[in-house]
Amino acid sequence: MDENYDVIVLGTGLTECILSGLLSIEGKKVLHVDRQDHYGGESSSVTLTQLYSKFKQHPLSKEDIESKFGKDRDWNVDLIPKFLMANGELTNILVHTDVTRYIEFKQVAGSYVYNRGKVYKVPANEMEAISSSLLGIFEKRRMKKFLEWISAYNEEDIATHQGLNLDQNTMDEVYYKFGLGNSTREFIGHAMALWTNDDYLQQPARPSVERIILYVQSISRFGKSPYIYPMYGLGELPQGFARLSAIYGGTYMLNTPIEKVLYSDDGKFEGIVTKEGTAKAPIVIADPTYFPEKCKTTGEKVIRAICITKQPVPNTSNADSCQIIIPQSQVGRKNDIYIATVSDAHKVTSKGHYLASVSTIIETDKPHIELEPAFKMLGPIEERFMGISEIFEPIEDGTKDNIYISKSYDSSSHFESMTDDVKDIYFRITGHPLVLKKREDVAEE
Amino acid sequence: MNSNVTSIKLVLLGEAAVGKSSIVLRFVSNDFAENKEPTIGAAFLTQRVNMADHTIKFEIWDTAGQERFASLAPMYYRNAQAALVVYDVTKPQSFIKARHWVKELHEQASKGIVIALVGNKMDLLESEEDRKVAKEEAEKLSQEENLLFFETSAKTGDNVNEVFLAIGEKIPLKKSDGSNTDGLRGTEDGRIDLNKPDDTSNPNSCGC
Ligand SMILES: Cc1cc2nc3c(=O)[nH]c(=O)nc-3n(C[C@H](O)[C@H](O)[C@H](O)COP(=O)(O)OP(=O)(O)OC[C@H]3O[C@@H](n4cnc5c(N)ncnc54)[C@H](O)[C@@H]3O)c2cc1C
Ligand SMILES: Nc1nc2c(ncn2[C@@H]2O[C@H](COP(=O)(O)OP(=O)(O)O)[C@@H](O)[C@H]2O)c(=O)[nH]1
Ligand SMILES: [Mg+2]
Repeated sequence: MDENYDVIVLGTGLTECILSGLLSIEGKKVLHVDRQDHYGGESSSVTLTQLYSKFKQHPLSKEDIESKFGKDRDWNVDLIPKFLMANGELTNILVHTDVTRYIEFKQVAGSYVYNRGKVYKVPANEMEAISSSLLGIFEKRRMKKFLEWISAYNEEDIATHQGLNLDQNTMDEVYYKFGLGNSTREFIGHAMALWTNDDYLQQPARPSVERIILYVQSISRFGKSPYIYPMYGLGELPQGFARLSAIYGGTYMLNTPIEKVLYSDDGKFEGIVTKEGTAKAPIVIADPTYFPEKCKTTGEKVIRAICITKQPVPNTSNADSCQIIIPQSQVGRKNDIYIATVSDAHKVTSKGHYLASVSTIIETDKPHIELEPAFKMLGPIEERFMGISEIFEPIEDGTKDNIYISKSYDSSSHFESMTDDVKDIYFRITGHPLVLKKREDVAEE
Repeated sequence: MNSNVTSIKLVLLGEAAVGKSSIVLRFVSNDFAENKEPTIGAAFLTQRVNMADHTIKFEIWDTAGQERFASLAPMYYRNAQAALVVYDVTKPQSFIKARHWVKELHEQASKGIVIALVGNKMDLLESEEDRKVAKEEAEKLSQEENLLFFETSAKTGDNVNEVFLAIGEKIPLKKSDGSNTDGLRGTEDGRIDLNKPDDTSNPNSCGC
């Protein structure tokens, strides 16, 4: 094994694999190591036998699983459910790095919101907003005015601002200006801006407006919903970026525990020792599990339940995939409950099965009960896997010891905070912001 | 116009340094480079082969070196329709690895996959003593596992094109009318093309 690298990366989660790929493209010599024998860490997709052994104290045998649920290898269950925003930053990175060559995507068939006991399709555009039964007749007009303001808004042209200042006015004030009522506010803030609680109302409007713009643009990209999803599951994403890194010279070692981390006298990272020998680099990027002593929890805990069903979620027009948001106020909570479903259409289940992932931020000491409203909406559930995860982040920014640690994947339903973390770590390491350039076609015919 | 071009995903497997990338380079560019560094940025190559009544476009996935520490991703052989399992005729260990890869492919890859077992570096056999993997042994494995079998030299070019032609002949022809959705192409079932900036105009033209 070579001794010296420019960067060592520990863990093959999505954040680490994207950074590894980006740095390799730039000509950095990267060594990428994972203690586990497969790619993806927390962001991998697993078979049912792996899922049973991870979540159940008395896992079923492979034979029993297959007689109930079909071929084990047909299953690719995401440990952390998320969708990609069609116009989001991860999509952008995928296109610019050409990783789209290795992964196929499908649209998520629909996006829904729960309101007073019923499930409504989130209107995809102004036309759908006009015909949706979610809003009353006057409210529709006000909503239309609001969406028109959003789409015409131009930072440079003060006339389009209609007297609002996104950095000074709160979102609450913006709603007030357009005369929007509570259920419309809830719908915009939770189903479009994808805030999971109401804290945003009293904060400056800019992030909310940016999220709404992302939502609207993502929907207009392919039409049915703002989301896309990779065939064979989210676990394809880290594999795709790992391949990118390897093509640009990155060295990969799975199944390789870190026996020792080497530090210089002044406490800076110097290298690692593994069964393959010593590898040195001035910089290390790692997920929190490799440096637990350098991380803290955010205090937020997420409960997730992976449910197997034989039917699509009732009242979603038999969608092969969808997102359903249950806004907090609808069920007397502080945080929204999210449901994300996928199925054999995405090659993540055997024929005729559906996967529904239900998640929320924990508020009580009986977290499993907090998900009940969502379970009720799914119809009969064949099997259920529940887990609680804590969210970790680094204590320091890495500039002191050259140890750059990523954040764990949060409770949001998409990858925007993950790509923020990628860009942030990239900036801290290189000292300049990430600029995506189209990968040149060295290899084509 | 393109109706009789069939795209085939072909993957390379085998121990590091047996000559996988060299075989691809010989096939795609009719070239050979002694002691070359692994090609950076070129692990996805395409090459067309004209068969009797149709054209096959091989989409060749090289390992990008991920085989070195046993770190190939499942994505690599997903949906592969053809595989070259390569060993070095002067390295018995590489033949043991080849057996392992054949087994792995039968377990993990799609059912109809066409596998060619390839003993490379034939040019190194100046006398029979240099040979460390008996031809009979490789032929026996090929018969047991229903593999194509060739001995090649990427250096001289011997037998390299023949491997790909034989694969082309053995590949079951797919209708390109979208009736078979098992392959890589097709947006018929809601799959999307992210590289298109706007999906509304879809003239279905493939500039390749
Ligand atoms: C004067 C008036 C007449 C309306 N007539 C109809 C109608 O004929 N058909 C119809 O489908 N919808 C009508 N609406 C709209 C309807 O009341 C609700 O806006 C709609 O049902 C959506 O409910 P919501 O949960 O969004 O209400 P919210 O979001 O809770 O409220 C929406 C906005 O409407 C106001 N509002 C709600 N209900 C009333 C009311 N009864 N009187 C006065 N203000 C109210 C709220 O203060 C708020 O500004 C009318 C609204 C107003 C203001
Ligand atoms: N003599 C000889 N050398 C070869 C042949 N094919 C490859 N090589 C050499 O073997 C080494 C490894 O080849 P490479 O294609 O990188 O192997 P890979 O790791 O399997 O992709 C290089 O130095 C090649 O030049 C061959 O047919 N004959
Ligand atoms: Mg190679």
